[in-house]
Amino acid sequence: MKKGTDWRYRVSNREAIMGTVLAILNFIWWYAFAYGLGGRPIKEYTYIFGFPAWFFYSCIMGFVVFTILVWIMVKFFFKEVPFELDETSDKEEGDAQ
Amino acid sequence: MNWDVILPLAIFLILVFLVGIYTSRHIKSGPSFLQDYFLAGRELGGFVLAMTMVATYGSASSFIGGPGAAYQLGLGWVLLAMAQLVTGYFTLAVLGKKFAIVARKINAVTLIDFLKARYESKWVVILSALSIVVFLFSAMAAQWVGGGRLIESFTGVSYTTALFIFSASVLVYVIAGGFRAVVITDAIQGVVMVIGTVIILAGTIIAGGGIENIMSELRAENPNLITPYGSDQSLTPLYVSSFWILVGVGVVGLPQISVRAMSYRNAKAMHRAMIIGTFVVGFIMLGMHLAGVFGRVVLPGIEVPDKVMPLLALEVLPGWLAGIVLAAPLAAVMSTVDSVLLLVSSAIIKDVYINYIKPDAEEQFVKKLSFGITAVVGLSVFAMAINPPDLLIWLNLFAFGGLEAAFIWPIVLGLYWKRGNANGAIASLIIGVGSYMFLHLNYPNLWGMHTVVLPILLSLIAYIVGSFTKGDRPHTNTF
Repeated sequence: MKKGTDWRYRVSNREAIMGTVLAILNFIWWYAFAYGLGGRPIKEYTYIFGFPAWFFYSCIMGFVVFTILVWIMVKFFFKEVPFELDETSDKEEGDAQ
Repeated sequence: MNWDVILPLAIFLILVFLVGIYTSRHIKSGPSFLQDYFLAGRELGGFVLAMTMVATYGSASSFIGGPGAAYQLGLGWVLLAMAQLVTGYFTLAVLGKKFAIVARKINAVTLIDFLKARYESKWVVILSALSIVVFLFSAMAAQWVGGGRLIESFTGVSYTTALFIFSASVLVYVIAGGFRAVVITDAIQGVVMVIGTVIILAGTIIAGGGIENIMSELRAENPNLITPYGSDQSLTPLYVSSFWILVGVGVVGLPQISVRAMSYRNAKAMHRAMIIGTFVVGFIMLGMHLAGVFGRVVLPGIEVPDKVMPLLALEVLPGWLAGIVLAAPLAAVMSTVDSVLLLVSSAIIKDVYINYIKPDAEEQFVKKLSFGITAVVGLSVFAMAINPPDLLIWLNLFAFGGLEAAFIWPIVLGLYWKRGNANGAIASLIIGVGSYMFLHLNYPNLWGMHTVVLPILLSLIAYIVGSFTKGDRPHTNTF
């Protein structure tokens, strides 16, 4: 048995947590706008581009915002690690690709 | 018969067929054959990876059943469908680079290869292979029937002929080209799905006189149509939220999806796929389901939900454009069955035959066997679909939720929790499938949530409790 874990797994663990946090935020956004705004009496509904405000924010803006957040997460917080490297080498190894 | 409509459909089928055949010429022989045939040599780029994940996940229900339900229930059902946005990034983020790296270290070609190396248990392998073969075979047969019915309804040919056309177009390229043909055709099918969504949504908005007009007509007909609660107020927040498990995060547990997370070339491909995948899945789900709701104003009074999309396309679009739109559900069905077919055949060849029957089988023989088994599985699905037995229809009820409940914890906790062991995985598999079947049959949607929620919780408990019993942790630090 070798000592220590693969350094790339730490990167992966962190990214898995980020993905989970983003999913939770996504759910909160979706739920809060849908039932916060949509739970009011229909007479009080406001409309944006023809859509009821709850739907516009929850579904349409939710889609746009979270696509952008995924882009930001991946671009700035996810690290590129090589997938194939010599088992004994350390992190100085270049992209194995 | 409407040739305007049929021509684009025919062109689509022929295009997919030709591309699939062309791709199959790249299949390598020699020691890398299995990796090549079942995983395209782990060379997927970002775009193809995103498209194959979305297209494999998206099925007839995204284009036919879902929009039909949105037609009946209103914006509340679109809200429910948007729970699927998360599938665009969650699976890749959670399985992450670790799954891809581990898969390379242990040379895994299938999901079960991973489970076998992680848990070192014969029973984990047998139970997993069994549930994959049984449930996915029946799920595939159901989709196959759907593909036949689609062609039947669009063209007017008999069901058997339609089924034959469908099977011929899918089977040849899957058998000959393996995973590479599957993912490349998935990419084309994904593009067709996006284009179809744009066309039908635009056509419906124009035919309905603009969004504002559509909304005020919906409101006049039944104000509940524009609330999150559905036209009959049946959509409770808890019920709709529980779909975040079924069609959102739970998708990690579907073998046909998770196997794709070991097939990409490098970290860059995974990053791009998350962005593209999120956009594409969100766009398709939002667009198609909205078109279903809007269709209510354009074409009121359709009684059968499954007919909404075909009738709407024919109503608001010129024939040839309707043909392109109707190619989208066909693309969705094809891209699902081709992936599942290959997965079932890989479970039989790699996980059962090579693992337990003949580990030292010769390359040349394995190659012949791979083509052969894929053909046999494909042809038996075709045969079953002609007149589907009741057992198959019954099993298909459990395919989606049952597989999620079975596999989500053995995969995810297997990756991230060192203590997880074979006892936990076996308990999780049995409790997951067992409780899903039991609840679905006896107490569907217990406590107002979709049936899948409790089995996923129970299988989590089973995994943890099982893992605290005596059992070995992984012997290496591969994991």
